[in-house]
Amino acid sequence: MKKTARIAVALSLAALALTSCGERPSDNDSDASGDPSSSESSTTPKESHPDFKACMVSDSGGFDDKSFNQTSHDGLVKAKEDYGIQTAEAESKSDSDYASNLENLAKAGCKHISTVGFLLGDATEAAAKKHKKIDYSIVDFGYEKPAKNVKGLGFATDQPAFLAGYLAASQTESQIVGTFGGAKIPTVTIFMDGFAKGVDYYNQEKDADVKVVGWDVDKQNGSFTDDFENQSKGQSLAEALIRQGADIVMPVAGPAGLGGLQAVKQADKKAIWVDTDGCVSAAEYCDLLLSSVMKGMDVAVEDAIKSSIDGTFTNEPYTGTLENGGVSLAPYHEFDGDIDQATKDEIEDLKAKIISGEITVS
Amino acid sequence: MSEKDDKVPAEESSPAESPARTDGPTASSTSGEGEPGAKSGSEDATATKSPETKPAGRSSSALVDTVLTTAAAIFLALVIGAVLMALSNQEVIDSMGYFFVYPWDFFTRSFDVVTTSYGALLKASLGSGEAVSHTLNRAAPLICAGLGVSLAFRSGLFNIGAQGQIILGTLAASYVGFTWDLPAVLLLPTSVLAGILAGALWGAIAGLLKAATGAHEVISTIMLNSIAASGILAYALGEMKSFQRPGDELGLPQSPPVPDSAAFPEVFGVHLGVLLAILAAVVVWWLLTRSTLGFELRSVGANPDASRTAGMSTGKVFILTMAIAGALSGLAATMLINGDQASNNASLVGTIGFDAITVALLGRGTPLGSVLAGLLFGALAVGGGAMQTSSAGTAPEIVQVVQGLIVLFVAAPAAVRWLVRQRRKEPTDTFAAKEATA
Repeated sequence: MKKTARIAVALSLAALALTSCGERPSDNDSDASGDPSSSESSTTPKESHPDFKACMVSDSGGFDDKSFNQTSHDGLVKAKEDYGIQTAEAESKSDSDYASNLENLAKAGCKHISTVGFLLGDATEAAAKKHKKIDYSIVDFGYEKPAKNVKGLGFATDQPAFLAGYLAASQTESQIVGTFGGAKIPTVTIFMDGFAKGVDYYNQEKDADVKVVGWDVDKQNGSFTDDFENQSKGQSLAEALIRQGADIVMPVAGPAGLGGLQAVKQADKKAIWVDTDGCVSAAEYCDLLLSSVMKGMDVAVEDAIKSSIDGTFTNEPYTGTLENGGVSLAPYHEFDGDIDQATKDEIEDLKAKIISGEITVS
Repeated sequence: MSEKDDKVPAEESSPAESPARTDGPTASSTSGEGEPGAKSGSEDATATKSPETKPAGRSSSALVDTVLTTAAAIFLALVIGAVLMALSNQEVIDSMGYFFVYPWDFFTRSFDVVTTSYGALLKASLGSGEAVSHTLNRAAPLICAGLGVSLAFRSGLFNIGAQGQIILGTLAASYVGFTWDLPAVLLLPTSVLAGILAGALWGAIAGLLKAATGAHEVISTIMLNSIAASGILAYALGEMKSFQRPGDELGLPQSPPVPDSAAFPEVFGVHLGVLLAILAAVVVWWLLTRSTLGFELRSVGANPDASRTAGMSTGKVFILTMAIAGALSGLAATMLINGDQASNNASLVGTIGFDAITVALLGRGTPLGSVLAGLLFGALAVGGGAMQTSSAGTAPEIVQVVQGLIVLFVAAPAAVRWLVRQRRKEPTDTFAAKEATA
């Protein structure tokens, strides 16, 4: 018993030491608890719609996938901060969860439910037909005949990838650039298509002969990890591309792409990141990154939620383009000084031409 | 071979016989040794090794013991889950900041979080007819695949290959289901049969490799899992147009769902595949305890060398066991394809093949145990989704932690006994523990 008592005393002393400076929030009206997590909520939202509830269902990758689930989820979080709404979320652990998660959220009073990825396509459509008063949006998917209350959110990522290909071609010293994907699905290969076409365009304009390894546009075939999680697979694919002579690599493989960046770092080469600005989301590799092909899933989700709040929601599919800012090329960050002004101007010019339709990318 | 007294007498023996702890010492002395290769046969620990002494009585007390240990393991896992739930909740964390000013806040909030979460879990898994139907549908594939792993355990085979067998099963069942043009009366059985056969074939390969070359089934089933997932499934969905949805310009890697004519009929939201799963459990029970093959299977599991000396063909047993285990995994696949009418894609099977191993471990390698464990995990999976949409917003990962802890405690009964102060003299007496010592 003595021993137990001693342990109890030690534990409570430790607890006292660790917790002594906290305060109960209700004691003082302002948020003075000094707790960093609660200070977030104290930022005053632009608007306040406490009765509006926006919700989200992840696919089986989960919201912490450092990839499209996570970026989409950022949009939900941002909407909560900006519009003062309530949110709820349901993370799917397997395909069997989709229908029940959608149903649980519908019961929980959600007025707008976003889902992430084509895997949820069927389940979202079924839920939308069942709950006609709820607005649905689905990231990275579109329906041929969407139900009245479902909005597909697509992204023309080949547009900024085209710019990235042009940039890579202008910066390569070995005259070989590479790319690889996480899986051979359209949302991945569209990046690789745009990238390779951007390189081709550079070759035409400059009469150069820069080669792309890891993706063949005509055959629609190339290098894939077939896994968005396994970084070592990304690393070995990137190493293979570097062995083939590539000195700039664009991994399109979510977290598995981080392994690619590791390989690039070890070989002292350069890289281009995708989905988010790599200098923010993978800051430790920022000094390798020429730029990033950004896919504004968060922006699209937030806009879709906003349209439901305003009552302007339609089932018309959204496509993020360079024009509406749904996709873009990230700043050059550490390479800003290395890339000459002429190239920067050419890329700006290309961007304008893509927006005006003078150059078609797809 | 001393296996005659295992499962069945244990269940059938009357409670009157049960206060038979008298022979405890015998059991401990024998079970402690853990004969080499005796992975099987010892679902409850029991008395498998010394048949001379009051088998029935000992089995029944061992059964009580098993039930108690399992219940304690589940209870402890839920308690730890509750603690994690509370400690991962922001409001509770906040309240710890001023614990010594208003200690009561911490407890009330923790209590709220835990009751809300477990309340949501219970309500979503058992709270209504609809909830029960969700649980049953979710449990069906786990039960089938769990039975497959259990059966292999009993013959001394550690079948890690349920995952690959299920994947092959889904491919065959869905392909037949959505491409073959048969009348409805035939389409459903053909599709289900295709799934079962594909699983059986994939399982039999591992058995054949073991019988012919001695290749260890753990290694070969793991490799077969990879071939099924990264090879066959990825190729079929990615490259073969006939597996993809007709008219899908994008070529998304997913199959169409099977038509209604290839789907199990539903009664009150429960598809009839669930009945098949229960039926499969009965068949496995019969096979293990009442058939010649079952006797050979358990005998090989207990001691392959002795069985060979006694004139049994261990190779035949390995191949047949793995084929039947694969068939059960294939049946699990039909629960997804013909039961849920899910479209086949890279993530459809998820982790069912690996959850099946935990189902079999928790079920102590017995058919009844697999059914109960499958139901428990099915309920937890359904309820876990509801916990996160409840007002407490508890992460669904907690459910996986709870599942893991249950199995861990079941595998370490000594620790559980220590924790619940259920001191008894018998050491390692569970299926899993014996696995470890063997």
